[in-house]
Amino acid sequence: MPVVPDLVMNNTPLTARHRLMAGWRAGRVPAAPLFVILTILLLVLLVFAAGRGAYPVPPSAVIAILLDKIGLGQGGFEPQQMGVLWTIRLPRVVLGALVGALLGMAGATMQSLFRNPLADPGLIGVSSGAALAVALTIVFGNLWFPGLSQRMGLGLLPTAAFVGGVLTTLLVYRIGRTAFGVSVAAMLLAGIALNAIALALIGLASYAATDEQLRNLTFWNLGSLGAASWPVAGVVGGVGAVALIGMWRLRGGLNAMALGEAEARHLGVPVDRLKTLSIVFSALGVGMAVAFCGIIGFLGLVAPHCIRLIAGPDARTVMPGAALLGAALAVGADLIARTAVAPAEMPIGVLTALIGAPFFLFLLLRAKGRMFEG
Amino acid sequence: MDLLQTSGLTVKRTQRDGSHRTTLNDVACAVAPGEINMLIGPNGAGKSTLLATLSGDLKPSSGNIVFDGVNLHDWPAQKLARRRAVLPQRAGLSLPFTVEEIVHLGCLARTEARRDIAAIVRAAATAAGVDHLMDRAITGLSGGEQARVHLARVLAQIWPDAHATEQDLAAGRNLLLLDEPCASLDPHHQHAVCTLVRDFAHRTGTAIIVTMHDMNLAAQYADRILALREGKLIAAGTPQQVLTRDFVQHCFTVDAAYIHSDAGMLIATRPLSADAFVSP
Repeated sequence: MPVVPDLVMNNTPLTARHRLMAGWRAGRVPAAPLFVILTILLLVLLVFAAGRGAYPVPPSAVIAILLDKIGLGQGGFEPQQMGVLWTIRLPRVVLGALVGALLGMAGATMQSLFRNPLADPGLIGVSSGAALAVALTIVFGNLWFPGLSQRMGLGLLPTAAFVGGVLTTLLVYRIGRTAFGVSVAAMLLAGIALNAIALALIGLASYAATDEQLRNLTFWNLGSLGAASWPVAGVVGGVGAVALIGMWRLRGGLNAMALGEAEARHLGVPVDRLKTLSIVFSALGVGMAVAFCGIIGFLGLVAPHCIRLIAGPDARTVMPGAALLGAALAVGADLIARTAVAPAEMPIGVLTALIGAPFFLFLLLRAKGRMFEG
Repeated sequence: MDLLQTSGLTVKRTQRDGSHRTTLNDVACAVAPGEINMLIGPNGAGKSTLLATLSGDLKPSSGNIVFDGVNLHDWPAQKLARRRAVLPQRAGLSLPFTVEEIVHLGCLARTEARRDIAAIVRAAATAAGVDHLMDRAITGLSGGEQARVHLARVLAQIWPDAHATEQDLAAGRNLLLLDEPCASLDPHHQHAVCTLVRDFAHRTGTAIIVTMHDMNLAAQYADRILALREGKLIAAGTPQQVLTRDFVQHCFTVDAAYIHSDAGMLIATRPLSADAFVSP
């Protein structure tokens, strides 16, 4: 005999319609339609962005070329269009989408880990920590370890960025941690300090740099997708996939962390392991982005926030949603960055900061008082 | 067979000036399945410290805790979460999760099929009287409602499986630790929560330990009272055995008046001496 207790305080019957409408009733868009919309948005942006530039390719030709590449070719484009698209544009928009997805998901992960919605890889200094490691490697790498860049090849800068990212995340976490999660004020202040230190050290490194190294350093500080090529996109895609899957697997535990660290532990979440893995995988994602594209700020803040506003705070929705939206935002921002002042090119980091920083201020103002208690 | 046993449990905390203060002193207690135990004592007696130690949040300086025959440290996290739930006093949550999502989080360690989990969430929310709030964001609820949502969450964590039989339940009794679940509730909901928790203990065989401020509620609902004072366990037994007038005067420095009703013992408190009301 089942012995489930029929303990009831008060009871309201539940209709099928109620169930069906549950997602919408809480003022939220359900996850599935949201993902479909975001995916369509991203694909449209990818095709459109790939066509725009000094040598325009119409979207129909872009699609024809893509179909041709996967073996369904019907013609409908010129060889020159194919050349421009395949060697210049496509690697760039693909890299943009990958980097945006990594930054969006890393932002969502860090916000859950720090238990506070203002954590952003750029703001709290993780990106500059990674950039500093990259700068030091560019300038001093071959000096201290002769032949380093030949031996490590494309893997060198990502490794440096990853190590720099992990170390900075750990540092910020240690500084900002209190009994009730990570204090917003301490975290942001630690971020300011770390950003300043990293910037100063990058500046110092620039004195020791050659002209070519100097150009590279400027590029890290403002962010650009100009270094895109298929090998780069391949490395970011391969390692990035590890980071994305790694973060996605933490979703259940990250949700529980919203209740508090002790509560998560009582729910059976291995909290210490969760924290370590979140730091490792989010730093890996940010490190990939920084290593090849420099510091692209605020994507990790804006993307998860928008998803939370639209679809609620469940990590199972926020993480993939932030990845898709982050990718779309990065592709869109890069499109503007390279077409708005053509033939010159704006750094994409300038653009994301112009959009993201006011958004951040808006969040600060809206949450003033309430959010600084922790 | 006792489900939870402690022996020689001592907690020393380092003060700001570097000195040590003993907040729990050599506490030995045993808790049987199906019993609701209420921890009472004046402020600073160590009620919350004892509960935090039992829940593993606080490492004792010495002594040990044995849950179902195994030392608490040696329980794997997942297995322990299926057998024991903890409700902390203050659950801070700044993200607007819905009530349903929060109760669902309680089932994180459960291994049942999705449909069974949904039924458990439903049942626990109904029991705690928050089923009509399922789609509301917790950040928009009153303090009392939030407290009941978290109660529903911990109940869902150890709610009996729909297919569980008497024998299944008897094989592995669960443990529920509640820190001041009635603190922010109005009298109606205080009694509703106490009734629910007591019935849950009796019907499922779950052992429950509750810290409680209100002696009157403790007298009416507890199977056993554990009284703490200055970090020591000074009395343990039924409400009738423990909560005598002498004891209440000694332990809480208030006077007590009693009404013996068929619903149990009711206690009203008043100042120990009339001097307390004399204005200077």
